[in-house]
Amino acid sequence: MAGSNGLSIHDRPNSYIGRSVPRPNLSRLLKGRGFYSDDVKLPRMLHVAFLRSSLAHADIIKLEIGKASAASGVVAVFTGKELSEVCSPWVGVVTHLEGMRSPPQDVLAVDRVRWQGEPVVAVVAQTRALAEDAIELIEVEYKELPLAVNMKTALDADAEVIHKDYENNLCWERNVNVGEVKSAFAEADVVIEEEFQFGRHTGVTLESRSIVADYDPGEEMLTLYQSTQAPHMKQALFAKHLKLEEHKIRIICRDVGGAFGLKAHAYGDEFATAAISKILGRPVKFVADRMESFLADIHARDHVVKGKIGVSKAGKILAIEIDDLTGIGPYSVYPRSSGMEVNQICNLTGGPYKFDNYKARGRVVFLNKPPMCQYRAVGHPIAITVTEGLVEMAASAIGMESIEMRKLNMVADDDYPNKTVSGIPVENLSHQASTDKIMEMVNYGEIRDEQKKLRKEGIYRGVGFAALIEVTNPGPAFYGVGGAPISAQDGCSIKLDAKGNLIVGTSITEQGQGAESVISQVVATAVGITPDKIKVISGDTENTPYGGGTWASRGTGIGGEAAAKAGKVIRDNILDVAGILLQNEPSTLDIQNNQVVNKLDGVERMSVAEIGRVVYYRGDTLPKDFQAEMMAVQHYFPKSFPFAFTNSVHCSHLEVDVNTGFIKLLKHWAVEDCGTVINPQNVEDQVRGGVVQGIGGALYEECIYNDQGQLLNGNLADYLVPMSAELPDIVVGHVESKTFESDLGAKGAGEAGTAGAPAAIMNALNDALIPFDVRLTRQPFTPQKVLEAIGKI
Amino acid sequence: MKPAAFSYVKPATLGDALGLLSTHTGDAQILAGGQSLVPTLNMRLSAPDLLIDINGLEELSGVKLEGNHIKIGALTRHVEIEKSSVIAEHCPLIALAMPHIAHPAIRNRGTFGGSIALADPAAELPACICALEAKIEVVGKGGERKIAAKDFFKDLYETDLKDGEIVTAVEVPVVKPKTKLAFDELSRRHGDYAMAGLAINAEMDDKKIENINICFFAISATPVLAEGAAHILNNGIVDDVSLKKAMEQLESDLDPLPDLYASRALKMHYAKELLKRNIGNWVS
Amino acid sequence: MSKLVQVTTSVNGENVSRGVEPRTNLVDFVRYDLELTGSHVGCEHGVCGACTIRLNGNIVRGCLVLAIQADGGTVETIEGLSESGKISDLQDSFLSRNAGQCGSCTPGMLLTADALLEENKEPTRKEIREYISGNYCRCTGYEAIVDAIETTSKKRQGEG
Repeated sequence: MAGSNGLSIHDRPNSYIGRSVPRPNLSRLLKGRGFYSDDVKLPRMLHVAFLRSSLAHADIIKLEIGKASAASGVVAVFTGKELSEVCSPWVGVVTHLEGMRSPPQDVLAVDRVRWQGEPVVAVVAQTRALAEDAIELIEVEYKELPLAVNMKTALDADAEVIHKDYENNLCWERNVNVGEVKSAFAEADVVIEEEFQFGRHTGVTLESRSIVADYDPGEEMLTLYQSTQAPHMKQALFAKHLKLEEHKIRIICRDVGGAFGLKAHAYGDEFATAAISKILGRPVKFVADRMESFLADIHARDHVVKGKIGVSKAGKILAIEIDDLTGIGPYSVYPRSSGMEVNQICNLTGGPYKFDNYKARGRVVFLNKPPMCQYRAVGHPIAITVTEGLVEMAASAIGMESIEMRKLNMVADDDYPNKTVSGIPVENLSHQASTDKIMEMVNYGEIRDEQKKLRKEGIYRGVGFAALIEVTNPGPAFYGVGGAPISAQDGCSIKLDAKGNLIVGTSITEQGQGAESVISQVVATAVGITPDKIKVISGDTENTPYGGGTWASRGTGIGGEAAAKAGKVIRDNILDVAGILLQNEPSTLDIQNNQVVNKLDGVERMSVAEIGRVVYYRGDTLPKDFQAEMMAVQHYFPKSFPFAFTNSVHCSHLEVDVNTGFIKLLKHWAVEDCGTVINPQNVEDQVRGGVVQGIGGALYEECIYNDQGQLLNGNLADYLVPMSAELPDIVVGHVESKTFESDLGAKGAGEAGTAGAPAAIMNALNDALIPFDVRLTRQPFTPQKVLEAIGKI
Repeated sequence: MKPAAFSYVKPATLGDALGLLSTHTGDAQILAGGQSLVPTLNMRLSAPDLLIDINGLEELSGVKLEGNHIKIGALTRHVEIEKSSVIAEHCPLIALAMPHIAHPAIRNRGTFGGSIALADPAAELPACICALEAKIEVVGKGGERKIAAKDFFKDLYETDLKDGEIVTAVEVPVVKPKTKLAFDELSRRHGDYAMAGLAINAEMDDKKIENINICFFAISATPVLAEGAAHILNNGIVDDVSLKKAMEQLESDLDPLPDLYASRALKMHYAKELLKRNIGNWVS
Repeated sequence: MSKLVQVTTSVNGENVSRGVEPRTNLVDFVRYDLELTGSHVGCEHGVCGACTIRLNGNIVRGCLVLAIQADGGTVETIEGLSESGKISDLQDSFLSRNAGQCGSCTPGMLLTADALLEENKEPTRKEIREYISGNYCRCTGYEAIVDAIETTSKKRQGEG
């Protein structure tokens, strides 16, 4: 896929590919000059706050809003019934997950509430505080209903069925059956079975969900300033449910304070805000505060998985079987569905390994708990923890080093293209090279020697590994085929101005990972213009090409390639003009550092700024049959493989205090292969940030519920997120297996850190506790669980 | 969330503050550091009609050596106590506790008296002052009174403060020569509320322990002095036998309350573990 | 709505006077009444540190101080510290080390780092981690921030 003259972006001189240049948009954030949705202040803007259900399952038998409507500063109060007239309900099902079902979900609860925190009434006032004052004046009475809050019993015959039209609480079931697991287990020398559990977590983006909806009755145009990841998707959804044309909706997301998947979904409170703005014809702002974020943001990772592995005594994996159960909310989330975690788990279990017999069942059940959906590394931490947990247990059972067993079973680096055991095509991975690399980085022998010595002193350290494959750069097979209005392609527009600067529009979005930086570096390289003369615009549906946005680690691979393509076109167009002005063949010229130069000797001939001046002001000096085009737009999506898989290996070294149950993380290593690395520092920090989120799941994070479906720890003092003092330094290494689907060759890097860290930590924990002959498999690994397991309490 | 509306007043004198407090009994709250009060207001767990800001009462601030005790003004900020050389020299147990209290930005505002008056079960300072046999000076319309620390903490967030009274100072005995101290807490993240904590003050004469006070926090609703364990250790030498007995005695001394992350059994285990870790190295 | 109170204070060197509800906290005052949106709100319970601001010279949680408590005092926000150039070396280190991603925690981190380096000129990495342990970051995993603060302190001591 090389560009003009058969040259690849990798042949460009003065390349910014592979350079850790500072991010252009970080400067303003360091000065406190970011522009987040809550910073938006519009004339006559109002604030909305929501009365939310205090119960997990109840009928609303009385709802009196009179006193609230009359309260000081209140402009309007809306119930679910009223808003449903303006905003139609949605169904969070994707058709390619066959058999998935979910009933229509109203924007606010109507007649019945189905999870604690479901929004019931919207109060619109001059300030947020006044809206909250009015909420206290709403008279609401509920009649409690029986609940389904335990996923393990939600499918029992006597379970409370949440949706009366369904015969049970099953949302979706997927089955995978490859080869003959039964006979493979019968043949195996060793069979290990274990149950793994994962805590329900939530994303805790520091900037909570925020939206300002501004419906202008003059233009009949709805502008939404929203902290989101997928502006075009949001545009399509708001258009559909508010009955507006898409071009009459503009989504603007400038700075986004963390998203991690959370902000790619449809939320009733956000749609309510937009509907209210349309009704009132004024701007309305909604910022979820931290307490409501715990109840109303999507949750993730609430799974229990039974896993089984059969191996030969020589260490060959013969079969893996899993049975995955997850309890979501009462609705599958719109539009991506709440089946993706199960889908990924079924797809990715056993990922790095070559074996023939695989069986998986995944079941998604409705519960009276907050809805669950995609959050960083969707399903991967679960698939990888189960796989790598089983691998280390099996290795231990046959007396083999777990790394050796992995090497024995890994798909060889030269055995591509290949398929996962679940049947998904894989282009190229580097399990062997990555494993070799991590073993160079980790002082494994020393760690083991020290472990032996310290055990004699009653100090218990452990080391654990995890190898994984990770989905990135998804194509239309991910969502588009299922009917979701989510674009799998992205575009990049580049405009040369009259002074030689480039104004670049990208349809990918920035949430801090460096998306704008990637685009800037790729364009700078492709065109030959320095980054200080490049301005990148993202997150504005009116000023960027149509595209998917940034999620599923797709920004660099897809958006970056569109930028590379657009860059080549603009460069060619600039050189066409230069050729005319300099009376040389364009193929003998190049652009380097903002100058048109001779390709052969690098001598500067004229500035690109001069080209801009001539094209825009002195077109009369160019031939009549020639039209300069100083703006280029190109799009891209990967066509051969449904995803660009990447691979990683992680290693965790930790110490367990067997008297307190506290786990001290001593160090963490990760080798990441995401293909071409545009900005090494950014990629390494993405891995680090991802690892820390994985640490959160492994050691700290869990939404704790009572048996009435009430959240007991919905605040930042009680829901524990990783803070700096408990974390180790994290060492990151790279291997590069470029994808040949694009010239850039970049895959994604955003999620693999989160995917692999929990498995490595679990394995290190169990390694540390070998002298106690225990196995911990229920995350988060709290001191309580550690001490109970080893019998101290 | 935003707080419910309240009125605000900043009295210039203690007398004014007390007057306001008694006029508005039940609907007013004292605003000192605000580090514990304001979150409860922000969460609408508390909705007073009036906030009485006592930050202007300079006379309630400061650390003074007065003979054989240090008088710590209730309004003294945690950061001042953390940096005070008077405290370091004369109240080393309190000096040990200070860095465990939350984080710097909180310590810049939070006050000593505020921590005592709130009596959070996981707070460090109530336990320290119990171990130190401090006296809490309280002033109300009826005048001034002094309450022994161990009599001040009644139940969960409940102290001996009567309506209309505020804590004005705490008198902490100056550290005696040959004092042995320990301060320790177990928390999962730096600066978090402790899962269990311990403050110990004792005199040690020629390896013999005298007047030992062992005070646990984050175990029950209030700080708890382990009197049985203290009795076992007092007038004796700390050795493996007495330490083991003292640890067993905790099962009678303490009645732990479970919380979100720790069962009763875990709390008891932590209490014993803390005692072992902190007195263990006193073993002859 | 309760009676307004008048807050007269110096914010980043500029005298301001506004009537606000007593319940208005300092960070909301700065963000909405003064339109200085560089200080952020993350939890309103004093845990995340996004609202860290300087009041009368010391860092505080802007969500736990009432605006009226700044009356007669001085307030410094990220904008002021930035414009004065006081933290320009910290900002440069953060920029070159990529110690900020989404930027939500960043102003709070910078104010906290600035306070740390005033108190402790050569903190160890452990000391840095402990000092910033009251500032939540979801993006960076903290390491880049620790690196940037360490680099700044070394440069200030002439070692960098």
